[in-house]
Amino acid sequence: METQLVLEKWPGAVSTVSIGAKKEEGGTRSCSIKIGGESALPLLFKEGSIPNKPKIAFEVWDIAPCDWPEELLAAYGEEINDPLAWADKCVNKYKAELLCVKMQGAHPDFGNKGTGESAKFISRLLSRVNVPLVIIGSDDDTKDNLIMPAVSEAAKKERCIIGCAVQDNYKTLAASALADGHSLIAQSPIDINIAKQLNILISDMGLAFERIVMDPTIGALGYGLEYAYSIMERARLAALSGDKTLACAFICFIGQEAWKTKEAKSSIEQGIVWEAVTASSLIQAGADLLVMRHPKAIEKVNNFIEILYSTPRL
Amino acid sequence: MALSGLDIYKLLPKTNCRQCGLATCLAFAMQLAKKALPIEKCPFISGEAKSILEAQALPPIRPIILGSNESKFEIGNETVLFRHEEKFRNPTGIGFIIDDSLSNEQIKTRLAKINQLKFERVGQSLEVNLVALKQNKDAERYLEATKLILNHTSRQIMLMASDLPALKQAGQIAKERAPLLYCATENNFAQIGAIAKELGLPLVVVAQDLDSLSRLTRELNALGVNNLVLDTGSKSVADKIWDLTQIRRQALKKSNRALGYPVLAIVEKADPYEEAMEATAYIAKYAGIVMLKGTEAWEVISILTLRQNIYTDPQKPLQIDPKLYPVGQVSQNSPLLVTTNFSLSYYTVLGEVEASKIPSYILSVDTQGMSVLTAWAAEKFNPEAITKSLETSGVKDVIKHKNLIIPGYVAMMSGDLEDQSGFKIIVGPKEAAGIPAFLKNLN
Repeated sequence: METQLVLEKWPGAVSTVSIGAKKEEGGTRSCSIKIGGESALPLLFKEGSIPNKPKIAFEVWDIAPCDWPEELLAAYGEEINDPLAWADKCVNKYKAELLCVKMQGAHPDFGNKGTGESAKFISRLLSRVNVPLVIIGSDDDTKDNLIMPAVSEAAKKERCIIGCAVQDNYKTLAASALADGHSLIAQSPIDINIAKQLNILISDMGLAFERIVMDPTIGALGYGLEYAYSIMERARLAALSGDKTLACAFICFIGQEAWKTKEAKSSIEQGIVWEAVTASSLIQAGADLLVMRHPKAIEKVNNFIEILYSTPRL
Repeated sequence: MALSGLDIYKLLPKTNCRQCGLATCLAFAMQLAKKALPIEKCPFISGEAKSILEAQALPPIRPIILGSNESKFEIGNETVLFRHEEKFRNPTGIGFIIDDSLSNEQIKTRLAKINQLKFERVGQSLEVNLVALKQNKDAERYLEATKLILNHTSRQIMLMASDLPALKQAGQIAKERAPLLYCATENNFAQIGAIAKELGLPLVVVAQDLDSLSRLTRELNALGVNNLVLDTGSKSVADKIWDLTQIRRQALKKSNRALGYPVLAIVEKADPYEEAMEATAYIAKYAGIVMLKGTEAWEVISILTLRQNIYTDPQKPLQIDPKLYPVGQVSQNSPLLVTTNFSLSYYTVLGEVEASKIPSYILSVDTQGMSVLTAWAAEKFNPEAITKSLETSGVKDVIKHKNLIIPGYVAMMSGDLEDQSGFKIIVGPKEAAGIPAFLKNLN
């Protein structure tokens, strides 16, 4: 070839995170899913190894959702009012590979469920569905510090991802992840320096970088998506250049941002495409795990991931 | 790769003759490297050195202007691989392909839909840019359809015809609108190059691989055709992203002139969701033009919004004039809400205030384009700044009451703000979506 290709050879790689432990690994999940592990920029397959496709987790709550638009609720039918049936429907009807459970019901404003009740919910969920889980708190730091240790323990050895640890509240969650064999979401406010700092603080507690998944805090399409997009590109470039403190897989909470927007509420097609394009655009920036809400948006993005990854390449 | 001052020095006469106004050739070379002086200042420079330095001064990706009327736009002229390195400059042109085998009525219907694809978002107008006419019938039909398109849209025109005499005639008919011609290939480049040269029109060059593409652009340059757009043909999305990335790197990292042009990508998906995801992938990854089929407003606005996001200058968040904005038929008793001058904050609040149908004033405080929480953390949206804004914006001349609604996220400043401003502070909702219910329950 007369054109000398410009090929980037990177010294670093993103660490691989396994989610879900099977029976022989001490858990009860039907499979273990890997994310991360790439040693090239997104989709540049010729420059390194990209062993794992981005994965999508269906977002479910431990209570019926309180602020989801009607069109979104309608996609799940009656089951949306019964969290276990809802989770079951995601797995059995929509073939969810992963679930992301939000313990919203523990929030003081949304039911204020206690520690025992929250932990029991996770135990029941684990026996109801057998896919790997991501489990996140209620967004109330004080309450989450009370319930999450029990929730984490209820899922001990299931190798979940739990979250979300933030700069001024990470110790309780990190200790739980360490004790119960989970990985941890480290959430930073669209700030690469805080992301790095938080990863270091968590690893100082003994949780390896390989067990941290970064949440860069995204904005939806049209609502600041570009900030997270560039933070993710910068962090990924640093990781590939050899900075181990940023070499973690990304989790992006797509659904919660996309369905907050005015556009998502204007028509169901608009909502679905808004969620889908928010997701697919962040895949271009390196998203490894996407937490999404609408089954059709999830189906469309999954198809797109297949298109991106399965075509024969020279 | 840009030449350094020393590289340039080697090309100069090294006589220190001072005719350029500087003491030494080295000092002059340093100024040239900074592009602070023109090369013409040196009367003794060799022709060879001059051409090297002139080529060096050209942008690595040639800017191409499409169209001639008020909606003309520029593509190319990009300088970075990642937007955080500086910014992406010329937003991707979005276009639609129309087949001449459609009936006149069908074409008109499609054009009417395309013409309506205009949206307002955060104070910017988002528009689609191009209409391409693809030949499927004979020359006569192609010319008829060309006229139809010229008469029914003011978007820029791309002419896609394999029948070169028909393409030339269509190009002549549309010449005033400076259409983009599609396309030069290994088989026709001499003939189509002659047409592009004669009519002075930009031309798309198609080849599957970068070697063939480079050969073609060099051949066309030799014929005097320089306004080119590249297309690597139909291939998988990942391969297309690879091509787009590689072409951008060739131009920026290797100063490869043969590939220093904007790139066009055609999306061939029938499903609108897949089409939107593929189109936005190409926008994020360097395409100069993306051609679509789907014209549904809900699909196109998602694509245009992603383009707006990616092409926003990371150093300059979109901002509005910090001042007092009346919304609706306001009176002296209308509620007063305060937010930042970050466009997204302001327009989100504006949208919800409008939706509430309660006439209100929005006071936009100068936070240099920072959002509410960021500006609060940076002390640009604090009691001092808000008080100053209340004083200088003329609020007191238009409203009678002294109640101020602040975003829920900055509830912690209520006490200080009340003391400093003398206004009674009402804490509003955290998310703008809560504004309509909040305003309705006020009083």
